[in-house]
Order: sequence, then structure tokens, then C-alpha cells
Amino acid sequence: MELWKPDQTFYPSPTMAMRAPRERLGYVVTFDPESAGHRGNGNSRHDALCVMDLDPNSPTFSQVIGRVEMPGVGDELHHFGWNACSAALCPYAPHPHVERRYLLVPGLRSSRIHIIDTKPDPRNPRIVKVVSAEELAERAGYSRPHTIHCGPDAIYVSALGAPNGDGPGGIFLLDHDSFDVLGRFEVDRGPQFLAYDFWWHLGYDVGITSEWGTPKMIEDGLNPDLLLSNKYGHAIHVWDLRKRKHLQRIDLGPEHQMTLELRPAHDPTRAYGFLGVVVSTKDLTASIWTWYLDQGKWAVRKIIDISPEPADPDQLPPALKPFKAVPPLVTDLVLSLDDKFLYVACWGTGEVRQYDVSDPFNARLTGTARLGGIVARTAHPKSGPLNGAMQMVELSRDGRRLYASNSLYSSWDQQFYPDGINGWVAKLDINPAGGMAVDPNFFVTFKGERPHQIHLEGGDCSSDSYCFP
Amino acid sequence: MSEAAWPWAAAALLGAYHGLDPSMGWLFAVALGLQERRQTRVMSALVPIGAGHLIAIAAAALLIAAARITVSASVIRNAGAAVLVGFGLFRLWRPRAHPRLGGMRVNAWELALWSFVMATAHGAGLMLVPVLLGLPAASAEHAHMGGALHALHGTRALVITQSLGIVLVHTAAMLTVMSALALLVYSWVGLAVLRRAWINLDLIWAGALITAGVLAAII
Repeated sequence: MELWKPDQTFYPSPTMAMRAPRERLGYVVTFDPESAGHRGNGNSRHDALCVMDLDPNSPTFSQVIGRVEMPGVGDELHHFGWNACSAALCPYAPHPHVERRYLLVPGLRSSRIHIIDTKPDPRNPRIVKVVSAEELAERAGYSRPHTIHCGPDAIYVSALGAPNGDGPGGIFLLDHDSFDVLGRFEVDRGPQFLAYDFWWHLGYDVGITSEWGTPKMIEDGLNPDLLLSNKYGHAIHVWDLRKRKHLQRIDLGPEHQMTLELRPAHDPTRAYGFLGVVVSTKDLTASIWTWYLDQGKWAVRKIIDISPEPADPDQLPPALKPFKAVPPLVTDLVLSLDDKFLYVACWGTGEVRQYDVSDPFNARLTGTARLGGIVARTAHPKSGPLNGAMQMVELSRDGRRLYASNSLYSSWDQQFYPDGINGWVAKLDINPAGGMAVDPNFFVTFKGERPHQIHLEGGDCSSDSYCFP
Repeated sequence: MSEAAWPWAAAALLGAYHGLDPSMGWLFAVALGLQERRQTRVMSALVPIGAGHLIAIAAAALLIAAARITVSASVIRNAGAAVLVGFGLFRLWRPRAHPRLGGMRVNAWELALWSFVMATAHGAGLMLVPVLLGLPAASAEHAHMGGALHALHGTRALVITQSLGIVLVHTAAMLTVMSALALLVYSWVGLAVLRRAWINLDLIWAGALITAGVLAAII
């Protein structure tokens, strides 16, 4: 649909987007842990995109009010994204009269990409197209689609690996209008082999990608042999977005295993961003690093260490017993639109930390909240002790509300929370001056299903890219 | 307005329209200024943007001039009309079809190339067909029939001079509007205006292409 005026959810700059109206709906994907990885065993349930009511004045506040099931089983829905966002205003390829309307929802195991229409009724989204794993494999040579970002000229999607489960992983492009797979992004990938997350500095025509493992290295669970021999990703890569060329590989050191989440500054004039490392094989700490442009070259510097918490081995899952400690396991980050607060999810200890990163090299811890955790099992006011922990975190555009879901990835859930994970989504209220607290009135539960990424109506702090400061 | 003046006015109006359209350059200039936090960058970006547009238009105008000299006006008119309508329909069918080109780190040459491609992809030169055909010297075919050699030479020179004049008027009008808007938005208004005021000029432009094609065919 062509609009007569720009889609009103597009904002030229992140500062303007902070003044957007409050979200009334949230979308969250859920998967069925029983069928993840299997092609259906007769009694499997379908993964789903669920609609949560986030309007505190609504009688159904904090409930799931809509649901659309995927046609297949065993997709393991994970990350997803919008067809269009504020990047449509970018001046060299503007197309602001397109609608933010379709959610692109990949199955991380099935490699199918579901195109889901959120209009005309945003509470009752409908599947309008499914891009097959075969099309993705034929046109791009990739599988296991992960992160989605709407770019100025196409929709960019990262993929963990090749169709046979090995590498290399990388990025492929989808057409804005037809959602056809256009092909792979990389013209010259240099030494890059592992893939996971990506984002960019549109003001510098530079892309950044991170590393997890190939599908074979992760799909059956975290492999302790690979981990202890430092075989998971420990570098990030810098790309020329226009020439689609590898520019730089930045190695953090082999002990910094799993350089997952990338959160560049939203302001396109700022040439820095933050990345999270899940675990150090030296001492189980997790760390946050700043990457930055330094006289024409990109560099990284560690700005935060988060220590493991000592624990009684009896309370630990088998894999952790020898260490007598809970690793923080930093698995997600979100950066407020003013680039001021960085939220760090520690899925092992069950803590979310808020850091003031106004000075990107000097982070100050300004708030913390706990729910769940491998040992702590911190309860919500509406629940007993919780399993899982705040994992995927999403922040409202005004920076006042943070939503968190508790599952990581089916086979990894099983290793760290062997007694199972009951799905939930919780909300933290943020003090704009620093600090946060669990909202006692908001707690969404999912029976037998596990929620993963959350996106908010109209956009949030991980959905949009901006070309204007 | 006298018959001789309308093509010049039309060329200026079309230029002003391109100047108004954020996707033709002023927004890019503003973005580059904001990225480098320098107002002078806004102005310096407009020079190659104007040059790229000028070359695109001039190339189209010279092609049309060559056609006016060698082919009969009725053939150009009908062919031009068909291409205008066809291109207008294409723009309606695929309003976001444009070459993948550009980024935020561009030098003057890349900006000029971007502007050239944007103007061409929007059919800016194509729109000059009815304008140039409206010029008095479109009676070039009468000179052919007259057979006088010096008259023919004179007509050729006139056709080319007129065409380039139209191109200059068009580009001057575009640059005037573009510069004024870029400075206004950069220094005073701010980009929030985009969300309210950026009507779908691509749709209007597609309609204008079709209308111009139809008019060229029937007038």
C-alpha cells in the first residue's frame, strides 16, 4: 500500500522517536519446546506470534489478546523484525510512503521466514507469505535466519550458516516489496566465517557483524568441548556497506567466547557501539565492550566485567557443578534511543543491569533488578519462584518501560534450566534519572510455550535505524 | 501568457517541483550537513547535486533536439507521448523502483552521479519532451520543406540554443528552491516537518508523466 503521507511511525532522528506515543500492543514469538528441532511428531504444537495488551487502561492489560500460529511445526521462532522502519527516510534512497505493516518472523531451526500482516487489525495478524528454506538456500546459500533490520535499500537478515549446518554464515537481502530473497550481501567476506548478530552505522556506511557458532555447533546445545577449546566466536567484523566488502576483523581474545549482541549508537553521527560477550573461559565472567572509530580504524575496548556468583554445587545444573558458581551469561543488550542507558540481561544470574553509558568508555551502574536465575529463582510479585531469567529485553522508545522474556534457545534452556522453563514476560519501569523496578501489575505467562523476542507497536529501541542525528 | 513563453514557464515550474521533492537532493544535502555539523556542507553538497541533475536534463534535451532536427515533429510527439505514459504507469506500478546507489559518505563525484541517476530514474528529462516540442522552432520541419540551406543551419543552432536555455532555466529554478528549502530546514524548521509535509510526490509525478504524455498526443 502506498501512503499519501509518510508512515507516522517513521522518525527522522532517534531523539524525535523518543517522543512517540506509548505502545499499546506488543508482539512476542513463542515456541513449543517439545517440537523444537523435530519435523513434527504427531502431537507437536505450532509456534506462534502472540499479541500482548500493553495498555494499562485496557481491561485486558498484561494478557495475550491475539495469536497467529505458524503453518509448520518445529520452527523455533527466535528473532523477528518489521518490513519497514525509520530507515525509509534515509536521504539517498527515501521511500517514506511505505507502511510499517509486516512482521518478518523466521524459524531459527526450520529456516522458513513467515511474513505476517499486522493490518487491518493489529490484534489479529495474519500470515500472508512464507519464504521457504529452499528459496533461501538457492538464492543466498544460507540457512537459520536470525537478526532482521530494515535498511534504506532492502531488508537485511543475518543467517547462522549454510544449508548443511556448517559455515559460513552471513547476511542476505530481502526485497522491500515482494519479500523475495535477493541474494547474499557479501561480495568479499574476507576471513569472516561465523555469524550471529549485525547492525550498522548508517552515517558511516559501515556494518558490524558478530559471531556465535555454525548451526552444528549450537543446535544440540552448548558443546563444552568446543567452549573449553575456545571454538565459539570471539571476534567482530567491520564491513563496507556500499561495496559489501569485509574491512576489518577485530579479535577480542579467544577466551571471550560468544560475541553476540551488537548495539551501535542510534545517533548516526556517533561512531561507537556496545557488544556483549556471554562468558570468558578463564573465569566465567561476562563482559561488555565498546567498539569505536579511531583515526580511520575500528577498535574495541572492554568497559564492563560482570563476575560469576558463587553457588552451592547441589543447586547447579550438571555442566556448572565443577565451577561452584553461576556465570552471569550476558545474552542480550538494549540501548536507549538517546544512547544514554545500556541494559544488560544476565540470563544466568537472573539480573538486568542498567548502565549509564553517556561516556561510552566509562559505564556507570545505575540500576539493577532480578527475576528468575539458575540459583536465585527470584519471584515476581504475581508468581512463586521463577525459572528461566530475563533474557531478551526490549525498551520502549521513550525509554520508560523495559519488557523481558525468559527463554534463550530450546537446547540451551535444557542445559542451564534442566527442570524446564515456564514461559513468562515481565516489565520493568525505568526511572529516567536512573534506576528501575519490576512492575508488580504486569506478568504474562505462557503455558507450555516459551517466549523469545518482543517487539512493540510502532517501533522500539531495536527495530529502527536512523540517518539523521 | 504568450505562446512563446509557456515552455519557459513550464521548464521553470518543473525545476521548482524537483527542487521541492526531498528525494531529489535537498534532504540529502541537509543530512550531510547534519552528519558533519556544518552548514557549509549543506551548500557544498548542492553544487554536485545540481550538476548531476543538469547533466541528466541536458542529455535528454540534446537527444530531443537531435530528434527535432532529424525526425518529424509528429513522430517525436507520438513516440514521446507513448514513452511518457508508459513510464508514468511504471512509476505507479513500482513506485519504489530505483537503483541501489549511494550512502552517507559520498564525495562530490558520487553525489553528482547519484543526482544524475535519480533525475533519470524519475524521468525528469522525459518530462521535457512536451516542453521542448512546445518551442516555436518546433516548426523546424517547415525549414526542411523550404530547403534553404542557411535557414536549416539557423534552425539547428536555434533548436540547440533553445534546448540548452530550457535546461538552464529548469536547473536554476530547481537549485533556487532546493537551496532555500535545505537552508530553511537545516537552520530553522528542523526535520520533524518531513513527517507532516512530505506528501507522496512520487504519485503526483507519475500522474504528471501520464498527463503530459496524453496532452502531448492530443494537442
